[in-house]
Amino acid sequence: MASREWNDRRIEDLVGNLLRAGVLLSAGIVFAGGILYLWRHGLEPAGFNVFKGEPSDLRSISGILRDTFHLRGRGIIQLGIVVLIATPVARVALSILGFIEEGDRLYVGIAAFVLVVLLYSLLSSGFAG
Amino acid sequence: MNILLFSAIVWAGACLAGFLGSLTGLGGGVVLVPMLTLLLGVDLRYAVGASLVAVIATSSGAAAAYVKEGFSNVRIGMFLEVATTLGAILGATAAAFIPASAIAVIFGLVLIVSAYLARRPRPVSDRQLPPDPIAVKLMLNGDFPEGEGLRHYNVQRVPLGWGLMCGAGVLSGLLGIGSGAMKVLAMDQAMKIPFKVSTTTSNFMIGVTAAASAGVYLGRGYIDPGLSMPVVLGVLAGSWLGTRVLVKTEVRVLRLVFALVIFGLGLEMLYKGLAGRF
Repeated sequence: MASREWNDRRIEDLVGNLLRAGVLLSAGIVFAGGILYLWRHGLEPAGFNVFKGEPSDLRSISGILRDTFHLRGRGIIQLGIVVLIATPVARVALSILGFIEEGDRLYVGIAAFVLVVLLYSLLSSGFAG
Repeated sequence: MNILLFSAIVWAGACLAGFLGSLTGLGGGVVLVPMLTLLLGVDLRYAVGASLVAVIATSSGAAAAYVKEGFSNVRIGMFLEVATTLGAILGATAAAFIPASAIAVIFGLVLIVSAYLARRPRPVSDRQLPPDPIAVKLMLNGDFPEGEGLRHYNVQRVPLGWGLMCGAGVLSGLLGIGSGAMKVLAMDQAMKIPFKVSTTTSNFMIGVTAAASAGVYLGRGYIDPGLSMPVVLGVLAGSWLGTRVLVKTEVRVLRLVFALVIFGLGLEMLYKGLAGRF
């Protein structure tokens, strides 16, 4: 059992580092986009009381990437949000690798199941296009 | 109000949301949605989108610390995520047939009763219970830092806990909010997992539950960058502070904060359900 303890600590370290990296990357991108956005639009009135829905370029990955290349602040922030959403997904994927290394078939199955359901509900929503 | 001032106010509110969310395992949405809609007059759909972003940010930001420090139990989290993700799909499908308002009223009442139950520490005799054979087979039992050393715990009533987690998933699919409260209650009250392990493991799990529905919200245009920006940056700062505070705070105090927040959430649910706002 000692080896399992040791390996679980390893998985915890891997998962912890991945979460930290994902969050910092996302925050960095959002911060950079936020500065551009506030620089250009900071003095305009805030209009969140009426729901307009986001323009189509901010609803899909390809549109967000296009906006980012054109250095649009809102597109860059949205890219940071996509990184943020991807972080828990990557966390599940990484723990599968950890459990494989540990030879723990039961938990490889459990984590793989969670990943499949997660990807299914993310991708079937249509924003991945 | 210009965007600069608006962003600053949202940032400050998000700090508080991230702090309370990481301390209680409830995610940041509980505080954020009423603040955005009632105080700042933000449309409910934008507020719900921002709350989803806040939950993912709180979860990942705080879990990085909680997992490394040995509070969150990765196996319990993984095993119960099977139930919550299945439940969430069930809930989203059932939303077309079940009146969400009625569910919100029932859930609100459950939360108010739970606030009363959760505020008291569990008897110490609970710690001496023999391990549940299913928990042994699934290797759910673990230990966490307390005082100078580690305290071991045995997980009880695994099937009941799993069933309640399914219910938590259904609620999040149906109402889009409040699944963190069910998660903590299921682990604390049903499975008799120590309170700090329950809240930090709930915190670890809610990011996955929220990420599952993030695609839908992005696709419908509910997630606005102008709102997300101060929300993410504020929530991360607040949740970082929360992780520092949780380690040092007595369970008695944490239970009280948790009870107060879910009492507020219960009232919010009752109000929204009775006003038919789901």
